[in-house]
Amino acid sequence: MTDGMFGAKGTGDTSGYGGLVRKASTAGSSERPYGSYFDDVADDLERAYPEFSDAIERVVVDRGEITLHIKREKLVEVALILRDKLKFEMCMGVNGVHYPEQTGRELHAVYPLLSMTKNQRIRLEVSVADGDAHIPSLVEVWAGNNWHERETFDMFGIIFDGHPGLTRILMPDDWEGHPQRKDYALGGIAVEYKGATTPPPSERRSYK
Amino acid sequence: MTTFDPYAPSRDTTEGKVFSVTGGDWDALVQDIGATKEERVVVNMGPQHPSTHGVLRLVLELEGETITEARCGVGYLHTGIEKNMEYRNWTQGTTFVTRMDYLGPLHNETAYCLAVEKLLGITDDVPERASVIRVMMMELNRISSHMVALGTGALELGAISPMFFAFRERETVLEIFEMITGLRMNMAYIRPGGVQQDLPEGALTKIRDGVKLMRKNFKENATLLIGNSIWMKRTQGIGYLDLAGCTTLGITGPVLRSTGMPWDLRKVQPYCGYENYNFDVVTADTCDVYGRFLIRMNELEQSLRIIEQCVNKLEKLEGAPVMVADKKIAWPAQLALGGDGLGNSLDHIRQIMGTSMESLIHHFKLVTEGFHVPAGQVYVAIESPRGELGASVVSDGGTRPYRVHFREPSFNNLQATAAMSEGGMVADIIGAVASIDPVMGGVDR
Amino acid sequence: MGLEEKIPSGFLLTTVEKLAGYMRKNSLWPATFGLACCAIEMMAVGSAAKYDVARFGSEVFRASPRQADLMIVAGRVSNKMAPVLRQIYDQMSAPKWVLAMGACASSGGMFNNYAIVQGVDHVVPVDIYLPGCPPRPEMLLDAIIKLQEQINNTKLGSNRAQIIKEVELAAMNAKPTHEMKGLLA
Repeated sequence: MTDGMFGAKGTGDTSGYGGLVRKASTAGSSERPYGSYFDDVADDLERAYPEFSDAIERVVVDRGEITLHIKREKLVEVALILRDKLKFEMCMGVNGVHYPEQTGRELHAVYPLLSMTKNQRIRLEVSVADGDAHIPSLVEVWAGNNWHERETFDMFGIIFDGHPGLTRILMPDDWEGHPQRKDYALGGIAVEYKGATTPPPSERRSYK
Repeated sequence: MTTFDPYAPSRDTTEGKVFSVTGGDWDALVQDIGATKEERVVVNMGPQHPSTHGVLRLVLELEGETITEARCGVGYLHTGIEKNMEYRNWTQGTTFVTRMDYLGPLHNETAYCLAVEKLLGITDDVPERASVIRVMMMELNRISSHMVALGTGALELGAISPMFFAFRERETVLEIFEMITGLRMNMAYIRPGGVQQDLPEGALTKIRDGVKLMRKNFKENATLLIGNSIWMKRTQGIGYLDLAGCTTLGITGPVLRSTGMPWDLRKVQPYCGYENYNFDVVTADTCDVYGRFLIRMNELEQSLRIIEQCVNKLEKLEGAPVMVADKKIAWPAQLALGGDGLGNSLDHIRQIMGTSMESLIHHFKLVTEGFHVPAGQVYVAIESPRGELGASVVSDGGTRPYRVHFREPSFNNLQATAAMSEGGMVADIIGAVASIDPVMGGVDR
Repeated sequence: MGLEEKIPSGFLLTTVEKLAGYMRKNSLWPATFGLACCAIEMMAVGSAAKYDVARFGSEVFRASPRQADLMIVAGRVSNKMAPVLRQIYDQMSAPKWVLAMGACASSGGMFNNYAIVQGVDHVVPVDIYLPGCPPRPEMLLDAIIKLQEQINNTKLGSNRAQIIKEVELAAMNAKPTHEMKGLLA
């Protein structure tokens, strides 16, 4: 055991001491005017859906993209209006994100939407708490969300109420746990070399 | 307790009797099935099958030869790539992402790198030469991907010769890839900020020769199937899906273009400088397998046009940088071939060890820690050979992605199998799935 | 198996071994077990005229495992696919060999996580491992040729029983890889 400067002991290998630092990311709400076509979208939505301020928690315009954070009870109504009145015909699927630091709003479901007639893209985001992860299903509005909702359920545990057949799609049917949540370990085994083993990625010092 | 014997000819379950074909007498099996007085039979075209385009499980409920219900079972290739990326650098993400849709690795990489660049805010700082190289590599990849699609599609429908011709063309493209990136597949060539390294000497000549050869060969290959009466009988009117079906299912790519809708992200929402190239969007209006087959064949010619324009541009941009100028992001990849393989060039080593302390620090920080990407969320979509490939990337300001999700076109497009094949015959579902051209690595990620 | 089990070790058995080895190695028909990226390189080996594998005896890739001799596991095997892999292996009739193609089949590759089986030898016995991501078609041909040499030299009957005993004894007494000291110093 060597004695290094500043009291460092051992091999002096200080890699990974920074650790895996995760910061809570809450994007702040954006002020009007949003810029480019986002104002038109927001105006059209307000006109078509008078309870706009009820349903939309906040609007975030960041890096050229607009995100509407919606309450889950109003999700289906807003989706129908976006599809029929504002001509957002295609939904690009559901994406789940798990923010364990945002207590009360840990699980987010993100829906990117595309309008072919107007060549515009927006994003809807719904946040639910961990213990009560229910979101109404949008399969009736855009049929393509069927498998995407199954995948989000499989990977995050968000239950989509009204889905015709919510089962696991990527993992085996009897798997326990929801893999892509932050509290689920990456898994993996130690790699064996001649004389030493390397722990799997999630066990290494730099990732803890 | 009853013991489960997976190789028994039949066993009783709560759903009725399940029959397994284990090499016994076929007549006895048919008699057993007949004795159950069930008109409908559920057949499992399991994950290992020569015609299901990869590890896809099709569960078909048959009445005679007609399919009454078709369901897809996916997930047999789930690799956990998205979760794995949360434990790696932003730049190391390229190597993971490249292996998702393994027929179009460069498209995966481009979608990811465009998303990371959008988060970094350097989309306009990516050098022009890098963008042109990206476009050229993507179009070459489109050709090689369509070759596999056409070859295996024809093979699954029984036409064996086109497969050999398709793979011959693919070899031409793969040799070009090997010359430029070092690998035939899964190259991890496109990095956030640019490309890994510049084109070597002689690459442009090789590409020009390759384009000429491919143009001649494509004409030859087309005569194999276009106008072939057996092929047309097997593919015309099969796998019908019109525009309303496509939009509600979120289907993009050749399937959408076969309905007549000229929706191609390279034209309507251009990226990487695609607005500067002359090419046409190929459509068909028959909404069937034959239309999609024609679209893929014609897209090959359009890709060749774009490649030629790229080569002309690259000649003029000789010597320009291929990585973003910001040294805090640019991967120190002045790579060169040395005695022990590909590695940092000796000039670079001389500079960082001898001349510039800053270069050494940048190199060290970039390689061990990686660059920091400001917090935020983006969604970037590109046109892969199968449709819209979207990368949804969330960053928390650190050196590792917080969450990466890919909206793969094959995942969406495969949902159309039921719509395309219910009411048809078993032989037609093969054609329908082949025309969707799913890549199971992308479906399952 | 048959006659060769009953012949005593000696000149007759070695002649039968040579004959059987020669016949088996020259008509090794692979089963299509292409899973992911390696499957595309395997298809190139089978179908591209540059790397034609039919000249080495693998005339066709048989889809039915009952008619195949060699299972080339090409690609990453996920936990969902592992039982299917085992079932296909069991359905092959002896003599059968397994070639683990690529890094993911040999050891899990770059995917050291919850979803991938870390090496297909957790599920089926493997005769030859082929590294690469993906291995070039020439590498696959090299592996098949090496396997053919191995098949050419397989012992049968009582000779085989003796070799099995020796190999097992060596494996029981072998030092595990991570305990081999003195190499990292």
